[in-house]
Amino acid sequence: MEDAPIEDGENHKDIEVAPALISVHPAQESVAVTVGSELRVFDLHGGSAVSLVDDSHGPFHKDSIRAIRYGANGKLFVSAGDDKLVKIWSTESWHCICTVSSEKRVTAVALSNDGLHVCFADKFGVVWVVDLDSVDSNQALVNKKAAQMLAHYCSIITSLEFSPDGRFIVSADRDFKIRVTVFPKKPLDGAHEIQSFCLGHTEFVSCLAFVSTSEYPQGFLVSGSGDSTVRLWNISSGSLLDTCEVEMKAGLLESNRRGEDCNSAITDLCTIPDCTMIAVAIQSLQGIVLLSCDLSARTLSIAKVVSIMGETFIPTSSRASFSAGLLWMVSGVSNLRGFDHHSLARVRVISGFNKSNLDPQEFEPIVLEDNEIPGGYKLLEKLQGSVVVEEKVFLAAAEAVKTAMSNLLVKKQYSVEKREFRKRTRNDRKTKQ
Amino acid sequence: MLETKANPNISKSTGLPRKRFYRARAHSNPLSDSHFPVPISPSHVDYSLHYPHFFPSSDQSDSSKKIQFADIGCGFGGLLISLSTLFPETLMIGMELRDKVTEYVKERILALRVANPGQNQNISVTRTNSMKYIPNYFEKGQLSKMFFLFPDPHFKEKNHRRRVISTHLLDEYAYALGVGGIIYTITDVEELGEWMKACLESHPMFEALTEKELEADPVVELLSSATEEGQKVARNGGQTFRAVYRRVTPPL
Repeated sequence: MEDAPIEDGENHKDIEVAPALISVHPAQESVAVTVGSELRVFDLHGGSAVSLVDDSHGPFHKDSIRAIRYGANGKLFVSAGDDKLVKIWSTESWHCICTVSSEKRVTAVALSNDGLHVCFADKFGVVWVVDLDSVDSNQALVNKKAAQMLAHYCSIITSLEFSPDGRFIVSADRDFKIRVTVFPKKPLDGAHEIQSFCLGHTEFVSCLAFVSTSEYPQGFLVSGSGDSTVRLWNISSGSLLDTCEVEMKAGLLESNRRGEDCNSAITDLCTIPDCTMIAVAIQSLQGIVLLSCDLSARTLSIAKVVSIMGETFIPTSSRASFSAGLLWMVSGVSNLRGFDHHSLARVRVISGFNKSNLDPQEFEPIVLEDNEIPGGYKLLEKLQGSVVVEEKVFLAAAEAVKTAMSNLLVKKQYSVEKREFRKRTRNDRKTKQ
Repeated sequence: MLETKANPNISKSTGLPRKRFYRARAHSNPLSDSHFPVPISPSHVDYSLHYPHFFPSSDQSDSSKKIQFADIGCGFGGLLISLSTLFPETLMIGMELRDKVTEYVKERILALRVANPGQNQNISVTRTNSMKYIPNYFEKGQLSKMFFLFPDPHFKEKNHRRRVISTHLLDEYAYALGVGGIIYTITDVEELGEWMKACLESHPMFEALTEKELEADPVVELLSSATEEGQKVARNGGQTFRAVYRRVTPPL
């Protein structure tokens, strides 16, 4: 790997474990799950599995997919990852209407609210932009070139989000930083005007989301980090409004562990539209933590800890749709070593987030049984694959995901001797591809 | 009588550190994350540590005074020391990646403060990677001057991305500089000079100073004369290439 930062990965030959991801259509017309290089979509509207169509040869993605997303208007879907390809799909025909090549592996994607631009971030810290103006859903495959828009110098960008009003694009990295940049009228010329930096996290920032209501249309930014906290920010000024020590506040620390310096990272978070709740996935928890955001007081608090009983389920990704009041979660990995099945995914759904239940006191989340979820067993068969996986495999999977995230995002601390050794043996020459 | 062990690295006659004990290569890899503490945010920068004369206690209640000049890659500190007397009330900081060189500058400043009471209290140095951590040290628009004197040219094309002046990094420097603030660059490598000028010229938030403005600015002359590197170039009769730009509001 050319020009790799020195602390990046010991063995590039080893295929890394990749967490399963889930994404839900804004109006819940479909649900997408990725496990490794496989993209699985279920059409809830029609009640059937979706066959993707891509005019490129071979499998749609040749390596682990690291980021997926539906556009705000539901017409487009984007998938991107380690194969250095960004694929844009029409959600009506599920044809791949555009493929963009990236120089490096892609770590995050975002779509502008008007659906005109796709932004993606690579492993070296550059954020690229593609304009979709000339792309027509009915047209045959189009290959587009991306332009560099901004960069976090030599850092891995973990998350990209547009602000609800579309004025800003927010990028978070593994060097604890969150940058808020003005999204310009001509993004292809570069996004040079930095609005603010949201600084305060003490470990890598892993995920971002916006909380907004009709009363607060500009919204507030929420971020999750390897430092075990979720923070609330004012992006105009970059000021930190509140910090929620999720692991501690949710009572997740067992008494015998309290003395140890163990920080369970926040792996994913998402806002549940129409209510000011944030679903937080944390490494230690078999379930999900629901935070309530008080927008007038600008504070975060724990609303509920929802445990998933009866099975080992540590979500690797979760998303909610705008209309149906459901939270969809997936737990899974690809490239797991040492077991018969190297890829696995399990989907669970929590309901109860309807508009009438805005009051956190009365709110009762219900973990749905397999036959109660929209799409039922048919959906699960498509999204989970048809294999039945043992408990212990899920436990191993959770550990593998935790290690992979740590290896990728936590800066390695080398002793002086080890550093000298690494300097002597390092090879800056370009490897032959 | 206070018995102090003589530090062998400090000259007994001048009280200043001897350069030969702080020898370091001219080049340092900005991609390697060395181990130095980084402030979580600008409000975490310890002003009482850097400028004890201006901030007697760690309680920064007088937070109106902030660092305004930053010398990126300050080397052995020549520029800072020259600027110190030119702008005695302005707080300045040097940022340097190399450990030994940072130590040298620290010792030099301490020794000068002792030798000239009341002077050089407004300059300090910190060991950091300014290509990654500028936003950690400076609030938006905090700086009025930024200096990039004789930066590492990174000659090989594949290493151009390690150059301290680039379009992407100029976004961050524009963030730290207030509107009207000035960025000063100088090099003796013609190709690098052209590169830096091109980056600044094409960036929407920077505008070149006119010849008249350059002549009127007392700092401009120091760029080639105040530092060890600059003096070396002059000794060898080399040419220097300057690019001095002002931070402006971007066009709508």
